Amino acid sequence: MPPATASRLRRELGDYFGLAIALGLLVLTFSLLTEHFFSPTNFRTIANQIPTAMLVATGMTLVLVLGQIDLSVGSVLAFSGAMLGVAITQWKWPLAIAVPAALGTGLACGLLNGAISIRWRLPTFIVTLGMLEITRGAAHAVTRSQTQYLGSSVGAIASTEFLGLSIPFLLALTIVAASHVLLTRTVFGRHAIAIGTNEEAARLSGIDPRPVKLAVFGGTGVLVALAAIIDTSRFESANPNAGLGLELQAIAAAVIGGTSLMGGRGSVITTFFGVLIIAVLNAGLAAVGARDEMKRLITGAVIIAAVIIDVYRQRPSRRP
Amino acid sequence: MAPLISTRGLGKTYATPVLDGVDLDLLPGEIHALVGENGAGKSTLSRIIAGLTTPDRGSMSFEGRPYAPRSKAEGEAAGIHMVMQELNLIGTLSVAENIFLDHLPNRAGWIDFKKLQRDATEILTRIGMGDLDPRLPVEQLGVGQQQMVEIATSLWRHCRVLILDEPTAALTAPEVAHLFDQVRRLRSEGVAILYISHRLEEIRQIADRISVLRDGHLVTTREVAGFSLDEVVRLMVGRELGSADFTSGRSRGPVALAARNLRLGDKVQDISFEAHRGEILGFAGLMGSGRTETMRAIFGADTLESGQVFLHGNKTPARIRSPRDAVRQGIALLTEDRKAQGLFLALGIRENLTISDLRRVAATTGWLPRALETTQIRRWIDKLHIRCNSPDQGITELSGGNQQKVIVARWLFRDCDILIFDEPTRGVDIGARFEIYRLLADLAAEGKAVVVVSSDLNELLMLCDRIAVMSAGRLAAEFQRGAWTQDAIMAAALSGHLGTPAVN
Repeated sequence: MPPATASRLRRELGDYFGLAIALGLLVLTFSLLTEHFFSPTNFRTIANQIPTAMLVATGMTLVLVLGQIDLSVGSVLAFSGAMLGVAITQWKWPLAIAVPAALGTGLACGLLNGAISIRWRLPTFIVTLGMLEITRGAAHAVTRSQTQYLGSSVGAIASTEFLGLSIPFLLALTIVAASHVLLTRTVFGRHAIAIGTNEEAARLSGIDPRPVKLAVFGGTGVLVALAAIIDTSRFESANPNAGLGLELQAIAAAVIGGTSLMGGRGSVITTFFGVLIIAVLNAGLAAVGARDEMKRLITGAVIIAAVIIDVYRQRPSRRP
Repeated sequence: MAPLISTRGLGKTYATPVLDGVDLDLLPGEIHALVGENGAGKSTLSRIIAGLTTPDRGSMSFEGRPYAPRSKAEGEAAGIHMVMQELNLIGTLSVAENIFLDHLPNRAGWIDFKKLQRDATEILTRIGMGDLDPRLPVEQLGVGQQQMVEIATSLWRHCRVLILDEPTAALTAPEVAHLFDQVRRLRSEGVAILYISHRLEEIRQIADRISVLRDGHLVTTREVAGFSLDEVVRLMVGRELGSADFTSGRSRGPVALAARNLRLGDKVQDISFEAHRGEILGFAGLMGSGRTETMRAIFGADTLESGQVFLHGNKTPARIRSPRDAVRQGIALLTEDRKAQGLFLALGIRENLTISDLRRVAATTGWLPRALETTQIRRWIDKLHIRCNSPDQGITELSGGNQQKVIVARWLFRDCDILIFDEPTRGVDIGARFEIYRLLADLAAEGKAVVVVSSDLNELLMLCDRIAVMSAGRLAAEFQRGAWTQDAIMAAALSGHLGTPAVN
């Protein structure tokens, strides 16, 4: 292996290593604190809970790398789920049409975020904040604020297992891997990183930032809709209040993984670790019987601590 | 008369010395003009006097006592104020609030607006602006009025020395006249005024004495009377240059880029020129003369109001509506501000170099084979002698000269035939400068069309086959090698400002 490749590999593995250790320590701590934690059932529960967060956080990471933000993911999740629910229960659409319709809803919301921001040169913080309200309202409008109970018709999507793991978990893993490859090994990914690092320099290098922005927001919409389908299947119902605060969880996972809110720096894999850390923390705190307020206190502290550690880790290499 | 401020042996070194051994005396009640080319050290000297920069060498005295301000606040406490070229006003706040921003009259934190307005009016009256409503937000004023407000913020405090950096740059003729009246009035009150400007004709109107800075040295200080404009220019430009040869080994080819009647605001007014293959065409002029704006417009970074660009001898005008269009047609622009507009600072050489043409690495698939990319990067590292540890070294770890080479490599990688360099050696130290010059000469010898915008006249004299001179948004003159003199170029660069009021 040429030395350059080897050193790069070492650096990348170094990024993962610290997060893996943090995750291991968490698992160890909770295993020692309570005997209920370290069990196959518990891990399976965690594995079934996280695909939604993984998909949304993956999209969020791509958005953050581009130097943008998407605050609408939680509401778009509710709206896409609501479309699926209503299409099945009220419009009596077959699954084969209702599912693509839900995906299309997510895609349309994402593209709209991107297109509005491009056309009127608005910060995506503002556009997606507006979209957060619009799609939440739309979710309530199509469901008339009633949770849509779908019964077992859609349950099969989430409950089917392969090698002991649920289909959604495997799907999310595949998408994480594919997104990582997209970001690190393709022209598209390199353009996204360049735009996120310095949009003006990218433009003056002959790159058109607009299609990249549109694609990233559209793609994030699709990932969110996919998460909505999985959630709807898992709960066998579509709730217009689903996904409240999901945008902040996704940002937290990305940030714990070391993705920068300033753009240009981030990794889908480290975000995956961020999702795992939050999930294990939640499950572990529940297992030791921590109350909800305590969980939030600790999770918040972990987010801040993770960023402080990251600042120290980045510092030497940032000096010119 | 005893000087108010004296500097002795003042020096400052960044990467290279920018100020050295400067002895300057400012007398009370005089208007003292400071002139020099860009980079001669005018702003460093004035910043040192105002306390914004600390000198490395030498000393200053104020009314005979040692004076060594460590901050702008310390300078102001002594009565020394500087009005920057870039105004420091807060647009949304009122005139009065801006004037007294750090000393708002108050009772227990509640602003006393009556007193604020009274005091503001009093100060504005002192500079002939008594009619201005001090309650108006500053953003509603014209630039000239803003300039006067900025001066007012210095005056309410005890003001002994006032430094004005290019105060007329954005003013109209009547505004300039008003400013001069007020500056003279301050002079009669015994204030010493250090007046920095490119506009020599204005300086002759207003100044009592002139000091000329060149390459960080104070060349002379003289009374304005009997000091001819030609002589000032000659002293500003000065020395002969080293004999390195960057002009042989190339021959002029066909026209690669022809600009016809380009217009964009007041910075690009009816600009036409031709750049040939196998030639280095220089653009001389003062800062703000419209050279950068012209190049950005050609490159599609800003949209032209009118005018056409013809490429590679085509009869039909090129369609360039974005940098992407320009790059696709073989034009590269190496921007003036490398950090903000050129480099991806958080990334490595790899990302910075191949960004212009990733499709070349990826063929048609969109997939980036790293090993192939690395091979191609190494080739350019070797060819341009970029000093680095590996293709993945962080770009910020390289010197300014090597960073510039990476950007040159970016455009050679794209195979651009028309290379526009805006200030190619800014922030590059002397040794590496000659490497960049060599590189530019080699590119021209290979048959590329090279356009160089530079504020360093010596650089252009050394490199170029032709020099176009811009002044105040217009093309003032064009010289062939052999037919130019430094004085003629400098005079052309100043021509847009001479005698005529500010262009606005």
